[in-house]
Amino acid sequence: MAIVGRALLILALVVALYGVAASIYGAVRRRELVVSARRAVYALAALLVAAFGLLEAAYLRTDLTFELVAQNSSSDTPAFYKLTAMWSSQEGSLLLWATLLALYSSAALRLTRDRHRDEVPYATAVLAGVATFFLALLVFRESPFTLIANPPAEGNGLNPLLRHPAMMIHPPLLYSGYTLFTIPFAFAIGALIARQVGAADWIRATRRFALGAWLFLGIGILLGARWSYAELGWGGYWAWDPVENASLLPWLTGTAFIHSIMIQEKRGMLKIWNVSLVLATGTLAILGTFLVRSGILDSIHAFGASTLGVPFVILIGVMIGGSIALVVWRREALRSENRLDSLLSREAIFLLNNLVLVAMAFVVFWGTFWPLIAEALTGTRRALGPPWFDKYTVPLAIMLVLLSGIGPVIAWRKATVANARRNFLLPAVAAISLGAVLSAFGAASRPLALAMFVCGAFVVASVGQEFWRGVGVRRAMTGEGPLGALRSLVARNRRRYGGYLVHVGMALLFVGVAASSAFNNARDVRLVPGQTMRVGDHDFTYARATSRVSTSRSGELEKISFGAVVDVRRDGEKIVTLRPERSYFPSRDIAGLGPVGRFFEGEATSEIGLKAGFRRDLWAAMTPDIRKLMPTIQEGDRVFAAAAGKLPPELEGQALGAALSGIVNRYVASEPAATFRVISSPLVTWIWLGAIVVFLGGLIALWPGPDAARRRVTARYSARVAEDLGRA
Amino acid sequence: MDFSLRRASRRSASGSVGRAELRYSGHLVPPARKRKIRLVVALSAAVLLACGLVYTSLLSSSESVTPSDLVSAKAASGASYTLTGKVVDGSVRTTDAGVDFRVRDREGSTSVPVSYSGAIPDPFREGREVIVTVRKHGATFVGERDSLVTKCPSKFTEDATRRASS
Repeated sequence: MAIVGRALLILALVVALYGVAASIYGAVRRRELVVSARRAVYALAALLVAAFGLLEAAYLRTDLTFELVAQNSSSDTPAFYKLTAMWSSQEGSLLLWATLLALYSSAALRLTRDRHRDEVPYATAVLAGVATFFLALLVFRESPFTLIANPPAEGNGLNPLLRHPAMMIHPPLLYSGYTLFTIPFAFAIGALIARQVGAADWIRATRRFALGAWLFLGIGILLGARWSYAELGWGGYWAWDPVENASLLPWLTGTAFIHSIMIQEKRGMLKIWNVSLVLATGTLAILGTFLVRSGILDSIHAFGASTLGVPFVILIGVMIGGSIALVVWRREALRSENRLDSLLSREAIFLLNNLVLVAMAFVVFWGTFWPLIAEALTGTRRALGPPWFDKYTVPLAIMLVLLSGIGPVIAWRKATVANARRNFLLPAVAAISLGAVLSAFGAASRPLALAMFVCGAFVVASVGQEFWRGVGVRRAMTGEGPLGALRSLVARNRRRYGGYLVHVGMALLFVGVAASSAFNNARDVRLVPGQTMRVGDHDFTYARATSRVSTSRSGELEKISFGAVVDVRRDGEKIVTLRPERSYFPSRDIAGLGPVGRFFEGEATSEIGLKAGFRRDLWAAMTPDIRKLMPTIQEGDRVFAAAAGKLPPELEGQALGAALSGIVNRYVASEPAATFRVISSPLVTWIWLGAIVVFLGGLIALWPGPDAARRRVTARYSARVAEDLGRA
Repeated sequence: MDFSLRRASRRSASGSVGRAELRYSGHLVPPARKRKIRLVVALSAAVLLACGLVYTSLLSSSESVTPSDLVSAKAASGASYTLTGKVVDGSVRTTDAGVDFRVRDREGSTSVPVSYSGAIPDPFREGREVIVTVRKHGATFVGERDSLVTKCPSKFTEDATRRASS
């Protein structure tokens, strides 16, 4: 099977190379080759899906002759995690990247098959070119179909930390974002080469892909944050790590792009800005992939030793150089058709929003690459921590939220005083009133957080007002009920109202971030059963210790867990009981370890105790003090070493189970101390709620409206007529 | 704008002075000069911002070092460093305050002692690559609270498999 997989990848590489050559030659000389190149991209997708399926099949049947399967799966790994274990490896994640790129490229070329005949050949060449790059890596550097000469009896299994649904969906969503951003990048290149740079050309063709990329990348980032909050035992959701930042960069420039293209569509302005943004976004998406794989920056998420840095640097260099050359070459065709009429207009607000987003992207880029910049300037590597990032990004985020409330309601071209009063009076009064109330409750002690609350309220009020007015107009026109009017209002202009909903979601999310960062109470305390600590208004009592031994579905001893029952009281009244736990998985690296001791030398995971609420999250993680158990563990290993070879394997398993049960019982009986990290954090739930609202809004904006469907049918009909006329 | 320019060029050819030229010379800055001024202002602002950013970055950042750097360069007491390296096997000791361990070079055996309190990431264990912000106190490096990060373990499976299979 591995040979078939390798053959599929080699064939895919050949097909991708053919796609590049055929599309370029087709654009210049023989038109029919363009169709052949498009079909080559379809074939590429089919080949990569087949290779992907082969590898997945190897994971499902736990074929330990495959190096990747042995690395991050095992026979007792649950089927869902077997299917998703592939992308926890360098090779598997590269295959996922290439497969997604081929699938999305096929979809884009299929949707544009009857349109944009000038740009599509070059876009096809770029898409096939990027696919060629990744396939070359898979064929020559990081083959996912490498076999092991002496397969192990059992695989390593998927790292327990990654056994979280969010973590399994997070990489495909991120990669979907990265690869989808390649589509507008490729079409922008095609448009520049073909000199078809109007809004009706490449922007309409790829707008939905850009929006999809933005949505997938954003949700992927938030799922990663959720996993970090719920799984990693430190209670945070963002650490300004280089790899996290790398995913944020294309998202920020992509956000700027999906706003500024509206100005080009409506007013024919910002053409140079738009192509530059999308070219930068496509390049930053590759940069994000590069950072994970190069080891150039110290990151907790980067792959270890990797040899992929140089090829990626070459690709990024080509992308940057080519992009700059093309924009300079076509600068005359990219001149704006109109000028900014007033600074009080939607265009000006969108432009300001773009500047803020690009400034944020620049700050994040600067902070991320500062170690390299500092090394170039001073000769020593230096690193910037979260406070530096916060200092610059927090004020920019406040501005961004405020602008997202102004932008949707201010008039195009020039806003009058009457227009401003009509649209902003109510939201401004609502926001300022909320600010006054919150100040009275002490929020003024954190002015930046207060500013974010006020701006968030402004956004919700201004968007709510837009919905209210829209529904009112529809009801007056059609006589529909409120819900029916709302539904038809959104259905008739999905992009606009979906976008509004996204703004509300982002406002909720930023309010959640501001509140949970500024008013967070956290304590690390060592307690013994019966002791209490106070965090904010809450008393956390370590009531008692818990412990258990878990077995897998195949009956193997899977992990030992030590936990705590923590009663939380407020004003003496019990609110909730939290049950944080720490689980210890046996080490797969058994050299020098006894059967008992290896349970304490493997991976350990925290299962947090969490009471999530609309107003406040109560969060607890614990690290048990198992030092008292060490003599027992060592004694157990000595006993098993003495009995080695004397016990039949099934009895050995039973004896080990009994020994571990004895250890966990002894732990509880010893009334053990544990170190707790307890956090009382307001409005964290708003972050995840905001994410859901963003997701829904994004889906609504993405969903094709009746107009789009009608345009597609008309375009196909026109193309058919043109073809028939050509034949006649 | 183009209109004004045309009138201006006509004037220089004929030598006559028209209304457009008066407006042009009296109140408007020539467009080419205007563009130059804008460019100079924008570039000056960019240079100023860049200088400010470099300055604040230098002030706020800590030097990224390996254990060898700390040992050979005689780390200054009280100065902050971002230490990167691997946790030495057998060096981790849990204490009432947190955890003590030694960090060694990625490729090498030079190591320094670290005393750390705060959140300990789940992936933290011996042999793992860590990044921690430290300050020198006597012979030990004290980790800044909650600054300890451990490399994502999904990227560390290769060596273990190769060991297991061999």
